[in-house]
Amino acid sequence: MAERKTRPSKPSKEEMAPRDPHVLLRVMAKFLIPLIALFALYVHFHGDYGPGGGFQAGVIFAASIILYALIFGLDAAKQAFPPSWIRIGMTLGVLLYGGTGVVTWLLGGEFLNYGVLAHEPSHGQHYGILAVELGVLVTVTTVMIAIFYAFGSRQPETSEEDW
Amino acid sequence: MDLSLYMPEWLVTHGPAFLIVLPLLMAAITAVFPGRKLAWWTTTFVTLILVLSAVALAQFELANGMDVYQMGGWAPPHGISLKIDALSAPVLVLISAMALVTMIYAMPATLAEIEPKKRAPYYAAFLLCIAGLLGMVVTEDAFNVFVFLEVSSISTYVLVALGSSRDRRALVSAYNYLILGSIGATFFVIGIGFLYMETGTLNMADMARILTELNGGSRVSMVAFGFIIVGLGLKLAMFPLHTWLPGAYAYAPTQVTAFLASTATKAALYLLLRFTFFIFSPDFAYVDAVLVFLIFGLGIVGMIFASLQAIFQTDARRMLAYSSVGQVGYMLLGIGIATTASLSAAYLHLINHAVIKGGLFLALGAMWYRFGITRVDDFRGLSKTMPWTMGAFTLCGFSLIGVPFTAGFVSKVALAQSAAAGGYWWAVGFIMVSSILAVIYVGRVLMVAYFRSPPEIDGKPCVKNEAPLRMLVPMWAMALLSIAVGMNIFGASDILVGASERAASLLTGTTFPGTGG
Repeated sequence: MAERKTRPSKPSKEEMAPRDPHVLLRVMAKFLIPLIALFALYVHFHGDYGPGGGFQAGVIFAASIILYALIFGLDAAKQAFPPSWIRIGMTLGVLLYGGTGVVTWLLGGEFLNYGVLAHEPSHGQHYGILAVELGVLVTVTTVMIAIFYAFGSRQPETSEEDW
Repeated sequence: MDLSLYMPEWLVTHGPAFLIVLPLLMAAITAVFPGRKLAWWTTTFVTLILVLSAVALAQFELANGMDVYQMGGWAPPHGISLKIDALSAPVLVLISAMALVTMIYAMPATLAEIEPKKRAPYYAAFLLCIAGLLGMVVTEDAFNVFVFLEVSSISTYVLVALGSSRDRRALVSAYNYLILGSIGATFFVIGIGFLYMETGTLNMADMARILTELNGGSRVSMVAFGFIIVGLGLKLAMFPLHTWLPGAYAYAPTQVTAFLASTATKAALYLLLRFTFFIFSPDFAYVDAVLVFLIFGLGIVGMIFASLQAIFQTDARRMLAYSSVGQVGYMLLGIGIATTASLSAAYLHLINHAVIKGGLFLALGAMWYRFGITRVDDFRGLSKTMPWTMGAFTLCGFSLIGVPFTAGFVSKVALAQSAAAGGYWWAVGFIMVSSILAVIYVGRVLMVAYFRSPPEIDGKPCVKNEAPLRMLVPMWAMALLSIAVGMNIFGASDILVGASERAASLLTGTTFPGTGG
């Protein structure tokens, strides 16, 4: 947001190439953001074996969006990840989690007894954990972004000049 | 009618989890609903199912003993288990029934109180609150209690704040409640942490077993007990920790006030019983000291002081809110005496007071709905302008005082008898004084409503403008229920007294003296 204001509206002939002070940040961010998102998925899918899981993955995934917002501005981020997705994402995550439990009910087990999800109970445990953690990931990601959007979109009540 | 006979086999096995999962998932679905009518129908339908299953499960428990459910198939003490026993079943029925009653009332009330865009999220938050309260009561895992406590509390903060379209002061009250409620939850979870440190388990039954083996445990468990009592004290509005309550009750939407007044503090009281008598035990010296000096003492102080504060309120809702703090004092008094009879009386008063206060707040909400009344002075001539609403208010008010043939009388007499039998004969005097104070604050409202003429608008007296049927039915249901309990119509009193005696004998581990085993 801020850098957009500082950029002159019409470049004069003296400075033919308008200098962008953040060019390095932009290029590096464009390179890093997909990697961060990918790493989030790695953390999620390794959550059943190693350290990690849905919560951490969700935070990392949200961090990639937040980084995008920091570098390219809040408006660009809201185009990439519309605020209307937030409410849907939050509920979708809860429904994924609870839905896994309902599926285990339908398959005849106790609520969230993943053992019934596959022929081999230990495989079922894996699937169940991944499904449940996916729900956590979706909810945590959207909640983190919701918090960031909420604070980032706040307008100062009195402008700087009025002080 | 025994509903448990009609209950499908599946519900018997999975019932405890079903009570939590249904409102929780439906809350998520309701939150994205575009239509607000649809949200109301869904929520009402969900609460109806909850009432039926809670009643059926309670009847099943009555016939077959406690129902333990192992979440995810992991056996306790390592896994999380849910349990419906004699102590939790009546509270489950109470919470779901109050949810249904207030939902019927909510259709006209929310139209007036909540902005159209916020109605679907409002119902979602309400369902979430139900899920949290039911979860708190049904779980057997101490940390789960904290989680559900937070689920119900956080949705409650939202619900209270949604009253802001009626009165902006709701925002301040919700914030106040948020801060104090979070402190309470923090104290509670610190206590759980210490208890986990002492026992190495989170399962309540396992904790109880280990603490008994340790004969009360070291200083760590004493500290844990202290933190838990303070945390729960904040949640249940124990006298000096009640400052969040009047504001939250006064400015929340009517449905929320009625629901909170009859369930939220009651669920916290249930937890107090569960922790003090089930996990800890009055046999431990420190628990006994807290019961006698703190809970009993603060109960009496709260009874007197909160009732005195209620007398001097100009806002009718604040008056009833302070009266709630006073009534919590009665229950604490019964808990502090800690005999089977007194616990049973406290438990009975818990249920009776939920019904009475629910009815009173519903009636007050209808008065606001028709005439915008919140202050006691505005009650002038309400007996003529809203006779049915005022009738329900009067019956519930008598019940709050403890007039014979009402629910309040039954539980207050039981409380006084048990106090005298427990050696605290002088506490009977305090019960009497507090009841006289209740006569004053309820009587003040009734005097204005019955003996002063309706206000005049342009020289003509205010015309009769009764509340809509959807509001009258819930409040009269509460009023008639309190009469039914008081006069033992359809055996209502026997059912409630029986349920509280079973709960009390579960807590003290004895059979009730009167029933002879």
